[in-house]
Amino acid sequence: MNEIIVKAGRQQGPLIRRQSIWTRVTHWTWAIWLFFLLLSGLQIFNAHPALYIGQESGFAYDNAVLRMDAVDRHGPRGQTTIFGRSFDTTGLFGLSGPADHPRVRGFPAALTIPSYQDLATGRVIHFFFAWLLVATLLVWLCAGLISGHIRRDLVPTGRDLAHLPRDVAAHARLRFHHGRGYNVLQKLSYGAVLFVLLPLMVLTGLAMSPGMDAVWPWLLEVFGGRQTARSIHFLGMTLLVLFFIVHILMVLAAGPINELRSMISGWYRIDPEPGLKPEIKS
Amino acid sequence: MSGITLSRRRLLGLGAATLSGLTLGGCDRLDFLGERGSDVRSYLEAANDVTYRVQRLLMREGALAPEYAETEIRQGQRPNGSTDPQSPAYLALRDNHFEDYRLAITGLVEREKSYSLAELRNMPSRTQITRHDCVEGWSCIAKWTGTPLSVVLDEVKLKPAARYLVFHCFDSLDEGPSGPIRYYESCDLIDARHPQTILAYGLNGQTLPVANGAPVRVRIERALGYKQPKYVHTIEAVDSFSRFGLGKGGFWEDQGYDWYGGV
Repeated sequence: MNEIIVKAGRQQGPLIRRQSIWTRVTHWTWAIWLFFLLLSGLQIFNAHPALYIGQESGFAYDNAVLRMDAVDRHGPRGQTTIFGRSFDTTGLFGLSGPADHPRVRGFPAALTIPSYQDLATGRVIHFFFAWLLVATLLVWLCAGLISGHIRRDLVPTGRDLAHLPRDVAAHARLRFHHGRGYNVLQKLSYGAVLFVLLPLMVLTGLAMSPGMDAVWPWLLEVFGGRQTARSIHFLGMTLLVLFFIVHILMVLAAGPINELRSMISGWYRIDPEPGLKPEIKS
Repeated sequence: MSGITLSRRRLLGLGAATLSGLTLGGCDRLDFLGERGSDVRSYLEAANDVTYRVQRLLMREGALAPEYAETEIRQGQRPNGSTDPQSPAYLALRDNHFEDYRLAITGLVEREKSYSLAELRNMPSRTQITRHDCVEGWSCIAKWTGTPLSVVLDEVKLKPAARYLVFHCFDSLDEGPSGPIRYYESCDLIDARHPQTILAYGLNGQTLPVANGAPVRVRIERALGYKQPKYVHTIEAVDSFSRFGLGKGGFWEDQGYDWYGGV
């Protein structure tokens, strides 16, 4: 008996079927789509590395909120200006590349597809994957509504919200409970990405299309102008990148093997429930 | 001591080289997507046809591009691309204030016709304050005045075989083996007959300046800036634009940009 317990090592909870095939397939396809959308999007941004508020871009006046350019300060330096405050970002934004012949460009070559300046290709890639992103979102939405995944796993319950402070405290201490369902912070962040951020990216993207502005003029009214929509699109991108970083950190902190397995095979090992005997495998 | 510094420096250098090699290598590896005419590229470009078809489906008959108030004109129209064509034919016309300019309508039309600037100005006109969206990402609001292209098309009467209009221009942005490559553009007949599609000769209440396309620039308001050809001298009705340039329907299209240009 003792021997068996020793063999089982740390008390382990049971393996449960956590992620449906729909969740797993859409998760990984999104990961690929968003990779291409991000790097081609930065390529497109580099064609005019400045963001504005309003319908148009101020050339005779200043309505820019962000600008990446190169300035001469005893030699070329990269400069990023956000809301009128300038930062030296040589090597990253504004000016980057080999030290002997740096290039004037918004984002560096390592962050764009293609690595060199090629707006036409950036657009081809971006719009191709934009269609795939929308198609995947629709597939996920249909599957999630029909299977009850969205209602069951993503919509926070009253109890969830009551547990919010406790959950925040637990996350802050990197103490994770591996339950059957998502905890409230997971529900809120996944919900925010799927129901707010990604639709926002699609809609602000459409608002930049002169064709779509004729089809749906309300796009411009909702976002406060084409250039504002472009700025919001950029902000949405940074929030998605931020989500990605936190997401990876959380996976690493919560147990990468278990988390990855659940998103690949669907099987997830939950914490042993109090009062239950540990599952013993010999 | 020096041995330690050296090895540490070497280690740092090696680390940096590996890191940059990894990131650069990772990105260069996708550069093949920039190769015009490759199979993968053509596959990706198919999405542009989907976009064109879907937007055309969604567009109600004559859905208008947004128009703006006078107060929203806060600056001059930003000139870019060609701003000062140097072709001899153009220079001769410009020196004479475009008195001898004629806009020719040719190709698949019942009767070919050409218009002087004065004739265009005496036809019905439309003035619209619209937003010019450059493919690079910036926008600029300006007031354009010109002859609706549909009025001209009604006069010359398109033949049933006509499917596109090709706009031939005086300017060039590139040199080819046999001289300058002239700018050209094309559009379908939906955009051609759209009420906001005008042969603009006026900008912000003034005569259209050379920097913005004098004497005549086509405005196709539901498309990006490169679909607004400047310095137009001939409009040709065709059933296919494959015989012009590299066959993609426009100067920038030949460089790899999408033909529709509505996104």
